[in-house]
Amino acid sequence: MALAKLKSDATQARLARLTMPDGLTAARKDALGRVAAMGLSHKRDEYWKYTDPMSLTQADPVPAAVFESDESPLFAGVDSVKIVFVDGVYDADASDDLSCAGVEIDRLVDVAGKDIHWATELYGTLETRGQVPVARPLAALNTAFATDGVVIRATGKAAKPISLVYLHGDDTSDVMLHCVVRVDAGADITLLETGPAAARFNSVLEVDVAEGGAFHHVRTQGRDHERRAVTHCFARIASEGRFKSFTLTANGTMTRNECIIEILGDDVVAHVAGACVGDGDDFHHDDTIFITHDGLRGESRQVFKKVLRNGAVGVFQGKILVKAGAQKTDGYQISQSLLLDDDSQFLAKPELEIYADDVICSHGSTTGAIDEDALFYMQSRGVPRKAATDLLTLAFLAEALEEIDNPALADDLYDRLDSWLARRS
Amino acid sequence: MLEIKGLEVKLQEEDKQILKGVNLSIGAGEVHAIMGPNGSGKSTTSYVLSGKDGYEVTGGSVTLDGVDVLEMEPEERAAAGLFLAFQYPVEIPGVGNMTFLRTAVNAQRKARGEDEMSAGEFLKVVREKAKALKIDADMLKRPVNVGFSGGEKKRNEILQMAMLEPKMCILDETDSGLDVDAMKLVAEGVNALRSEGRSFLVITHYQRLLDHIKPDVVHIMANGRIVKSGGPELALEVENNGYADILAEVA
Repeated sequence: MALAKLKSDATQARLARLTMPDGLTAARKDALGRVAAMGLSHKRDEYWKYTDPMSLTQADPVPAAVFESDESPLFAGVDSVKIVFVDGVYDADASDDLSCAGVEIDRLVDVAGKDIHWATELYGTLETRGQVPVARPLAALNTAFATDGVVIRATGKAAKPISLVYLHGDDTSDVMLHCVVRVDAGADITLLETGPAAARFNSVLEVDVAEGGAFHHVRTQGRDHERRAVTHCFARIASEGRFKSFTLTANGTMTRNECIIEILGDDVVAHVAGACVGDGDDFHHDDTIFITHDGLRGESRQVFKKVLRNGAVGVFQGKILVKAGAQKTDGYQISQSLLLDDDSQFLAKPELEIYADDVICSHGSTTGAIDEDALFYMQSRGVPRKAATDLLTLAFLAEALEEIDNPALADDLYDRLDSWLARRS
Repeated sequence: MLEIKGLEVKLQEEDKQILKGVNLSIGAGEVHAIMGPNGSGKSTTSYVLSGKDGYEVTGGSVTLDGVDVLEMEPEERAAAGLFLAFQYPVEIPGVGNMTFLRTAVNAQRKARGEDEMSAGEFLKVVREKAKALKIDADMLKRPVNVGFSGGEKKRNEILQMAMLEPKMCILDETDSGLDVDAMKLVAEGVNALRSEGRSFLVITHYQRLLDHIKPDVVHIMANGRIVKSGGPELALEVENNGYADILAEVA
């Protein structure tokens, strides 16, 4: 069957299950128009060559059992403004009061009623910009149908991190949340996201960083083995803005994390990093990054590390686009995998597209096994093979964790990774 | 302490016999040296004793205090008291030297059913021992052997040995790549560890290390066997005349 027909059928089937929520109607209708025009993603799309989007686009989600964890929640020791969603539904009792010095926080569902202008204007705007040159229909679908989320405006230095906690309680939950963050000139904010959120989760985060603003983002995606997620982070950064995003993924059947960054001003710093630990042939994890340099002296870094075993599959598609005039750009990209057996695979597609003539751009990608010499050396000092493997694995992932500015958050994640590795046989 | 009887070893991949019946008996508190030309099997002996992959034992036995060593995993051998100072210590990016040392010390203690060392206690002991080997705080913090000079790597090996307190220490060409001062420092580190209950097997090409670490017995290894054993004077003979005379004599 022709691809256009396949996509249109699949799109119609998906849309038939959805009802457009109230509020933000203009943006939602626009987005629906984009979805209809693009059609939902298909594995025959070049952008989805290494990740079959079927389970993310099909009408109904594949059920996912809820993971019973005996661990304390991540970042529990961090004093934050906690906002809890259970299967996408806001839990007022579990959430903190939405107030914090230096920040205005509202729920997405209240944007229309409270007439929050900046959020109404921004909602779907960065997503729309991110549709060129590559279509991202699942993000447009989210803009059209997201049921809730938060809108955050940092007006100064946020007194605390904002912590979004996504709990999963229903095996068949199918959730779309959409968050919008505006970092005013010179403001500074940290956003934490933790948890699987649902059996199937589609999340969009739009971040607009004004002159000299700083946005820090640290995310973990929950340990539910069967959960599926597609996430998009769209960022637009003005002069001297800073943007740092880190994602830790362990488990989950299907994860596609896209990050689309537009550097519009001069002297911008944008780093996006991720660490992923995958085990089993039903584990598929995809990081897709697109960074556009359109300002002078911009610095961007992409650092992605994946540890894969027992048939797990990791994908990295990373692109740096340097526009004409974006001189003195310093772009760096590294994607590395550690394959703990012969059954796992890592697929990497690094891309550079450069139209300025005075830039430094480098990219690298490696795939390797654990260093047997290092393993033997450690064993010969009395460290059991398993513990030595864990230490080497942590050392491998640590380089990505170093991208997190806040050492307390990085330590939390490091310790958690350590305990996860120690539990595995 | 260490009894090697008729040890025969071949390389797994090449089907090449390296050791052709090595016999060696080292008593408690003794220091033995093995010398020999390149390719005689000295380093293979050290790797087989410590349990490195890639070697197949086709005959003979190795026991440490009467316990069969060849059946053990490398980490079990370490916990049993065997230690190999590597000719080429391995660099481990991302793993801090201190973290590695503490993990190793506590893993061995755990394997022996002893209490783990507390962080405070460990720190105190390691600082003291590092100081004697002129290993500064920065070297302890850095990743294991990464960016270390040849001398620093060898000193780090001796620090590990001092922390792990093995009863049977094997030094594989610990003098290689060291200048005279560094060699003295390493030798002092080794000598400080000499005791009645601790034995050493020193593998070296050169007599000069044995000026600093005085052996009780010197063995000459050639073509996969120990062909001659004697006192320290044997090392001097090698230094003066090379191996040719000895090899001709035993041929």
